[in-house]
Amino acid sequence: MKNILILGAGTAGTIMANKLARALPSAQWRITVVDRDNDHAYQPGFLFVPFHGYEPADLVRSRRKTLDARATFREALIERIEPDKNRVHLKGGDVLPYDFLIIATGTQPTPAQNEGMLGNEWHKSVGEFYTLEGCTKLQHQLDNFKGGRLVVNIAEMPIKCPVAPLEFAFLAESYFRAKGMRDKVEIDYVTPLPSAFTKPKAAELLGDFLDKRRIKLEADFSLARVEQAEKKIVSWDEREIPYDLLVTVPTNMGDPVIGASGIGDEFNYVPTDKHTLLSSVAPNIFAIGDATDLPSSKAGSVAHFQADVLLENVLSVIAGRAPDAKFDGHANCFIESGDGKALLIDFSYDVEPLPGTYPLPLVGPMSLLKETRLNHLGKLMFKWVYWNMLLPARPMPVGHQFSMTGKSTG
Amino acid sequence: MSTRTINNKTIDFDADGFMTNYKDWDLEIAKVLAAEEEISTLNDRHLVVLNYMRQEFETKGDGPSMRKLTKESGVPTKELYALFPGGPAKKAARIAGIKKPHGCI
Repeated sequence: MKNILILGAGTAGTIMANKLARALPSAQWRITVVDRDNDHAYQPGFLFVPFHGYEPADLVRSRRKTLDARATFREALIERIEPDKNRVHLKGGDVLPYDFLIIATGTQPTPAQNEGMLGNEWHKSVGEFYTLEGCTKLQHQLDNFKGGRLVVNIAEMPIKCPVAPLEFAFLAESYFRAKGMRDKVEIDYVTPLPSAFTKPKAAELLGDFLDKRRIKLEADFSLARVEQAEKKIVSWDEREIPYDLLVTVPTNMGDPVIGASGIGDEFNYVPTDKHTLLSSVAPNIFAIGDATDLPSSKAGSVAHFQADVLLENVLSVIAGRAPDAKFDGHANCFIESGDGKALLIDFSYDVEPLPGTYPLPLVGPMSLLKETRLNHLGKLMFKWVYWNMLLPARPMPVGHQFSMTGKSTG
Repeated sequence: MSTRTINNKTIDFDADGFMTNYKDWDLEIAKVLAAEEEISTLNDRHLVVLNYMRQEFETKGDGPSMRKLTKESGVPTKELYALFPGGPAKKAARIAGIKKPHGCI
């Protein structure tokens, strides 16, 4: 009996476990998945909770129940990976040996990395929406907001779902307008990037979106500290921005176990080949999703596209062949723009988001880089697709590879 | 891609103004690139950072992130921003003659 051990039962880990359970004979292979708890949260839903779009209870399901019955789920904290001994230590003393290891431990907002962030005002006049707790509290923070300056700030790049802070700003603008208090609220979008987004064409369009909604863009702002008593954020070059409500995206870090095992970079991300997804830690260790140091976006769609490549490469390596399937950096995401509309962007390592159309299962061709009602409905429908097609790894009528079909280069 | 002549040397640059071959670099070129980033003189502390950037590029094939730069160059973040106003990781990479770091997407 051989062991495949998967660390993390989030989007990437769950998809991989379900694919491998189907691909490998269970008489010869034991698939074990470890995570700290049994709560799988639909993370794209967090964005809507502050605006009463979803309630927290709508977003969580059992990790165990989303996993194929042929995979074993272990609820435990992971203490240390020992690559030279092919084993993983769990808290409490258990040791799990492996023949092949897949690291899918993700990334988390880590406010302790930002000076002054975790003071008395944390989850009060300083809020966040990247955790279930944070987005739930932000719902009350927004309900009770009487007006003033709302500052949306990204502390440091890279972050997971890099469009989410922009979406938050658009949704907040629309929310305050609907409440009849838009004139009482000033919204600032404060980012360490030189413009609204990472990719030039999309950045230009999204910058216009900010202008039209009277959201002020403050670019190249690298957060040095939060001064909660003074209610201001200060950059490393001593620019100060006051706030009444700060919605922050703290520094994102990979799982502490990566650091504790001495295998990560300065963000606790696993050094990984950007095409094969084989880690540089050991020839029997792979990494997928947000846990890697890949120059692709940290997003669920990326984990999903990577999973097809990784399945092929794991099966090749098991069979003693070279891993020759290649991930192309393919990512796509819906960007909520407020008022029941959204944009869709689709890109790869080599091609930035372009206008055109994209074939999406069930709902038909979607407009790219254009604000439509259908894109918003697509985003809402995606929750069903996530639980019922994506995680169970059912065949999707869209290939993992980036394609120029439907895109306009003119 | 563009080609420029600096101090009688022919140097290739990418679309973002980063040198494509770090081996063509020397201190005189660094001074010219620094002036373009509105840094009028390069002092010892600038050079500590530039040398670290080049060393990192030589061994890893990529420039460091801001977090790594702070952790490993021996120059604190605040000083890095004073030395390279605006964006130390990106500006120092350009002046050090290395390719645009992947972190600066």
